[in-house]
Amino acid sequence: MKYVDEFRDPELITRAAEEIRRLADPNRHYRLMEVCGGHTHAIYRFGLKDVLPENIELIHGPGCPVCVLPMGRIDDGLSVAKQPDVIFAAFGDMMRVPGTHGSPLEHKARGMDVRIVYSPTDAIKLAKLNPQKHVMFFAIGFETTAPSTALTLQRAKAENLHNFSVFCNHVTIIPAIRAILDSPDMRLDGFIGPGHCSTVIGCRPYEWIAKNENKPIVVCGFEPLDLLQSIVMILKQLQNGEAKVENQYKRVVPWEGNRAALKAMAETFQLRPYFEWRGLGFISQSALRIRDQYAEWDAEQRFEIPGIRVTDPKAAQCGEVLKGVLKPAQCKLFGRECTPENPVGALMVSSEGSCAAYFNYEHRKTNLLTSISALV
Amino acid sequence: MAANHEIEAPSGGCHMCLAIPGKIIEIAQENPNWALVDVVGMRRRVDLGLLEDNRPVSGDWVLIHVGFAMSKISETDALDQIRTLEMLGESQAAAEEVRGYGLEGIEDQQVP
Repeated sequence: MKYVDEFRDPELITRAAEEIRRLADPNRHYRLMEVCGGHTHAIYRFGLKDVLPENIELIHGPGCPVCVLPMGRIDDGLSVAKQPDVIFAAFGDMMRVPGTHGSPLEHKARGMDVRIVYSPTDAIKLAKLNPQKHVMFFAIGFETTAPSTALTLQRAKAENLHNFSVFCNHVTIIPAIRAILDSPDMRLDGFIGPGHCSTVIGCRPYEWIAKNENKPIVVCGFEPLDLLQSIVMILKQLQNGEAKVENQYKRVVPWEGNRAALKAMAETFQLRPYFEWRGLGFISQSALRIRDQYAEWDAEQRFEIPGIRVTDPKAAQCGEVLKGVLKPAQCKLFGRECTPENPVGALMVSSEGSCAAYFNYEHRKTNLLTSISALV
Repeated sequence: MAANHEIEAPSGGCHMCLAIPGKIIEIAQENPNWALVDVVGMRRRVDLGLLEDNRPVSGDWVLIHVGFAMSKISETDALDQIRTLEMLGESQAAAEEVRGYGLEGIEDQQVP
């Protein structure tokens, strides 16, 4: 009963699960997408699928920044770092992500100067500590992380720091949701909206999903109860024939978002005309580039970037899994050639990736199932 | 130079999705964007630049992401968030991330 004891309020969990069963029409199959990789991780971690009735299917969305980054961008970043006196700085999440000729970690083993930073401002510190070298920060993430990079660029400019640049891979969540909704093989009934990303962008940017696409979306927290409550809110909307944006994560997410963060992003970034997403292909206006006023701190303007494009290994079906067309275990490589220890595709690298989450928690399923169903 | 072992074991958690609660101990007099924050028992400098419109004061709780405070939260919600991280098996990743802020234990031996 380990996991059950950890739940903050088991009684509320039971009640939410019962309400889901009551609200779900047994003659209907519901497909709900959790957009954020953090939610995917939480859903597997808590074994929530086993609490839900069979006709509620959770589809894992594109909200894992490592997973949607095409391999060519990693190759491009590493090609800059191959130049003498360049330090490649990135979050730990990036270190095991495979490029064509190995991950940043493997490049480090071959002599590249690769460092983990936990904050973009620490990449600035690294540059100050190594004035004879150039520090390139490999920036990645959705709107959750982009404001931190924006402020870092502003600080670098204010301090006139010349041996620092950012290789910008920031992407935006709304165009990805739009691409998924436009995908012909995708039928969805509603969305569990991202939590921390919404802290920055707020809830307003989701309104078109409700208005134009007629789908409910509920911005959601990361506890089991948050997820179950959000599903209750979506089912209630569907039952009433409604489609609106609701905020289940009010304790953290303000409806209007974080204005200071949005301002810093607007000052330093502009939308790229298009950007390639792993599994989703090219999506217009879906990523950020650094504004010309910050060209000196933009690795893409400062260095020669080869612009490498790599197709995913044919056997790997990351794209289909990323779009929710295939379940992780339905991929031919899952658990055989592709494991968290030796990932072929990026969905297996990050713990937020649906393949890694599925792999890491599948073997615990039996335990969780027993413990949670005892509650429900 | 970073010791190899530090880079060889990045934890499983996705740092880009982690939001870690911390309590503001003190705001630097020389720079209002720097706060000394108690995060999961460690004291680190956290950047308050993203809370310009809603400045926190000492004693407030904030959610921290990659070294930046991203929102103010209540103490109750902060404690719940800590529990959530524990339940998600992410508290170790959070501790590792926070330990790394300021390149602590990674580069400090090089600070002139």
